[in-house]
Amino acid sequence: MEDVPQIGYSKKVMDHFMNPRNVGSIENPDGVGRVGNPVCGDLMEVSIRVEDGIITDVKFKTFGCGSAIATASMVTELATGKTLEEADRITRQDVADELEGLPPRKMHCSNLAADALHKAIEDYRERHAETAE
Amino acid sequence: MYLDHTSAVPVDERVVGFASRYLIHDFGNPSSLHSVGLEAKRGLEDARGKVKELINAESPATIIFTGSATESNNLAIRGTALRNKKAGTKVVSSAIEHISVLNPMKELQKRGYTYDVVPVSAEGFVDIDVLAETVTRDTVVTSINYANDEIGTIERIREISRIVHENGQYLHVNATAAAGRIPVDVQKDGIDLLTLSSNDMYGPRGAAALYVREGVKVQTLLPGGGQERGLRSGTENIFAIAGMGEAAAIAGQEMASEGPRLRKIADAYLREILTIEDAHLTGPPAGRLPGHLSFRFDRIEGESILLNLDTAFGIQVTTGSACSSRTLEPSHVLLAIGLKHEEAHGSMIMMPGRSNTLEEIPYVVDAVRKTVERLRLITAM
Repeated sequence: MEDVPQIGYSKKVMDHFMNPRNVGSIENPDGVGRVGNPVCGDLMEVSIRVEDGIITDVKFKTFGCGSAIATASMVTELATGKTLEEADRITRQDVADELEGLPPRKMHCSNLAADALHKAIEDYRERHAETAE
Repeated sequence: MYLDHTSAVPVDERVVGFASRYLIHDFGNPSSLHSVGLEAKRGLEDARGKVKELINAESPATIIFTGSATESNNLAIRGTALRNKKAGTKVVSSAIEHISVLNPMKELQKRGYTYDVVPVSAEGFVDIDVLAETVTRDTVVTSINYANDEIGTIERIREISRIVHENGQYLHVNATAAAGRIPVDVQKDGIDLLTLSSNDMYGPRGAAALYVREGVKVQTLLPGGGQERGLRSGTENIFAIAGMGEAAAIAGQEMASEGPRLRKIADAYLREILTIEDAHLTGPPAGRLPGHLSFRFDRIEGESILLNLDTAFGIQVTTGSACSSRTLEPSHVLLAIGLKHEEAHGSMIMMPGRSNTLEEIPYVVDAVRKTVERLRLITAM
């Protein structure tokens, strides 16, 4: 069969949009990442709990479209149980692939979840560096 | 439950019943002189008469059939501006016109015309004072929508006509959203060129019309066999045109009962939906297109609303949010009425039609409420 351009969202995107995993904010988180801008589109916040270098809990909040919600939900699943180094290597493409693809025009504007996760890890490291000093 | 009659409208079964013979039996070419051709020609002229009636045009000859409202808008704006170039090279529109008006205007701008955009109020009414200052003697075409399909505003066309004709030349009115829903009278309203489309009046796609007042000179954009008084060549889409005629006749007959019925439905929705926390109406609170509803909800996004209503509740609506547009820009209409980008993000447009009833309102309102609540639990705003 020839490649047919994807119309709309994949089943997996719709599943994560309709039943998002890990919605919310972690109380007293070890790291928080906030990316995006409501003016240009989406706003996303990821908070993490880290124990012995492993991400044990991830939560997200998103002001955005269907794929913004789905990508955030997916990134929380991908990051849970990973070491900080492994989670840092999760890319936007990984998130899109796990969701069985995103419409091309959505690849950039509403695929900020990996960025938010990386920022949360960065935030954790900064806080950790301060306490280590 | 289909509540998206601004995006697409089904064809009325009565229209299909009337027009289908033009696909199979009376399929002839209206230019042919034999009986099959003459029957098609009769269907074509019958449709022209019905469209003329709907907008009270002075004669059937003023109605030019085209293939779409986009084509009618192009013919009206570019065709008139190019034909009357000696009389002036300025064109004007409001800030909330349809993209098929804005882009022909910009096309003229590239060819050296001056294009000025007139702002609108927070409710979407054209700023009359700015219009009066902007339209000058060499303004050859001014284009204003009769009603706006995103925020429901019905413009004060008679006042606009007076101002345009005091200073400028031709007034084009895009009545795609208005025709068949509210009374349009090109003579009393003082309109020189008017666009209306079949598929917004429960007719088939593939037909639209441009009213060209007698005496207005327009240049064709499609040279060919000279059909439609030379303004729109090409073998006539007789099925779609006959369907448009019948759709216009039905809309004209039923407007007096269907309009108030839709207003009653919209009023009930309005009362209920505005009780949802941080829900706002966009466009004017009264005097809107019958049935038209446009809202915005703080802190959530319209594409998510649309998807959730469709997937969880089987309800179809639309949105002016950037996330659902091809360009990823928020609706220019919502920005023109002064909304911030993040406010335009939360847009939801509902337009009930002939199939919708008062009885379905509680289900829909409950679905909207649950959708808003669910998305507000997720939001980062």
